[in-house]
Amino acid sequence: MAAILRDLLRYHAEFRIGAGLIAVVLLLSVLASFSPYPPQDVYVVPPDVPPSLTYWFGTTSRGQDVFWQLTFALRNTLLFGCTVALISRLLALVVGLLSGYKGGWIDRALMSVNDTFIVIPLLPILVLFYFVMRDRMSWLLLAMIMACLGWAYDARLIRSVAISLKAREFTQSGLFSGMSTREILVQEHLPYVMPIVFSTTMNNMVWSIGLEVTLAVLGFTDINTPTIGGMIYWANQHTAMVAGVWWWIAFPTIAIIMTFVGLFLLAVSMNDYIDPRSRLHDFGGAS
Amino acid sequence: MSGYVAYVVRRLAQFGLVLFIGINLAYVITHATPIDPVEQSISAVTSFGNTAPDAIEQMRISLRELYGLGGSPGAQYLVFWKRILRADFGPSLSAFPTPVATLIGRALPWTAGLLAVSTIVAWCLGSLLGGLAGYHRKSRGLKLMGVIAMGLHPIPYYILALVLLIVFGFLWPVLPITGGSAMNLPQTWTFDFVTSVLQHAILPALSLILIGVGSWFLGMRALVSNVVTEDYVVYAELAGVSPSRVLSHYVMRNALPPQLTGLAISLGGIFNGAVITEKVFGYPGVGSLLVDAVYAGDYGLVLGVTTVSILGVSIGVLVIDLLYPLLDPRVRFS
Repeated sequence: MAAILRDLLRYHAEFRIGAGLIAVVLLLSVLASFSPYPPQDVYVVPPDVPPSLTYWFGTTSRGQDVFWQLTFALRNTLLFGCTVALISRLLALVVGLLSGYKGGWIDRALMSVNDTFIVIPLLPILVLFYFVMRDRMSWLLLAMIMACLGWAYDARLIRSVAISLKAREFTQSGLFSGMSTREILVQEHLPYVMPIVFSTTMNNMVWSIGLEVTLAVLGFTDINTPTIGGMIYWANQHTAMVAGVWWWIAFPTIAIIMTFVGLFLLAVSMNDYIDPRSRLHDFGGAS
Repeated sequence: MSGYVAYVVRRLAQFGLVLFIGINLAYVITHATPIDPVEQSISAVTSFGNTAPDAIEQMRISLRELYGLGGSPGAQYLVFWKRILRADFGPSLSAFPTPVATLIGRALPWTAGLLAVSTIVAWCLGSLLGGLAGYHRKSRGLKLMGVIAMGLHPIPYYILALVLLIVFGFLWPVLPITGGSAMNLPQTWTFDFVTSVLQHAILPALSLILIGVGSWFLGMRALVSNVVTEDYVVYAELAGVSPSRVLSHYVMRNALPPQLTGLAISLGGIFNGAVITEKVFGYPGVGSLLVDAVYAGDYGLVLGVTTVSILGVSIGVLVIDLLYPLLDPRVRFS
């Protein structure tokens, strides 16, 4: 693991940039624990103060310090992305491995459902969900729903690897030595698909955070929990751009772009590392 | 030929399944959640002053009928499907008594036009540039484009639309930032109206294209750089086929089918982006309709837009799937 990281850092410019961006974002989100103000309190500082030495990123029209608010928002947004990624990874693994190993009608049935989930436009469905749930739409519930809707594409990727693993000898010897399907999948196949799971995690986080920001900006989430989208929502509510309070929108926007580009670059470099052809090209023979 | 027929039948079956699952999702969300839209509407009305109890009861009955919530769960499910098959979502509550279907019919051409143009432009441009970048790996300009594409591609539609709005609305106000056409023009096919529509479409389309181009560029570049090393490409080059012909007939031709599959897969996501972009630029399409319906608490309209968007996206995917054999002869003859 350490050797892989060292190689990536040494030979891969995209990984260096991505890791740097994510490190800054993580640092900011960790700082949330040291905030002098509770995240949901308003009018704790003078409102509408431009960025200065006292208030690094300025203050909002609701009397919150943009810097500390941003740390909370980043922490919640990242946590949201991780939760969705974790649950949807589990679903994708179960469906992908089972479908690829079992084949036959199980594979056909699972993949038909899978392809359906890939093409269905999710935003209207999420909006419909919010419309029905309204104020009961909590942070965790939204994460659960998104996880249930966002596993399909990666399940297909995992399945394609699982199909090739099925033809390998160790699967046969496992089968003949009396291992159950579950044992074969977990002990024999799972380690081989883990690299893909890692790289899809980043892409899934980009996807889920992007949708969350979108929903939050429209006010279709629990807007009292500070997230990046929630910050932009409140700024829009107070017409921050027209009022000239640009720092209220600019800093969350910069932070979220850093997060997205960082996660994406990490996913790209991870993919390059997994693919033996590009690994040979980028890293030389040693690894 | 029989291979093609089997392919079409398979795609049609998948199309039916998408619609079935999508519409069932909408049913489950509206009917199986613990929240009753009827009681919500009633509490919204009765929270302002006193209302006679029998009037409330009347309202409850007519709302139940309107939402198709009367009778046993089985009967409700049948009513739900019947209404969807007849495209009857009842009257809109926020624009009473205009039927929901009329409102959606009015908004649909805007979204379909915006989406079709921006998707096709983004896909063609991204595939072409990506193909060039994969083939001419040394070119400085194309390398720079790769870096830009990588930076733009992961940014969510909302953020990019917001940045464009700030740049072209506040910092350098040259383009109209809201609406689908100028307010003072009648919506007929006059020259003024058409130019105004095109002008208003620039920013929304640009935000969709900028993000789209990035992902098609990256996808095509990766595909082409794999194809370039294939033996038949080397052979064609050694046999003296001109480089431009190698690029178009040997390299691009073989990299395009997966790109087209990618387009079909990402159509749902592109639609999500269009919804948001429309809201940011106040474009009069189904996206704005959906968001405004939620704010207005218009149940029939939200359900109608959701259903129509599932239908629209799956038709788009079906069309792309049926075009696929044109690019990939293996499907036609197998």
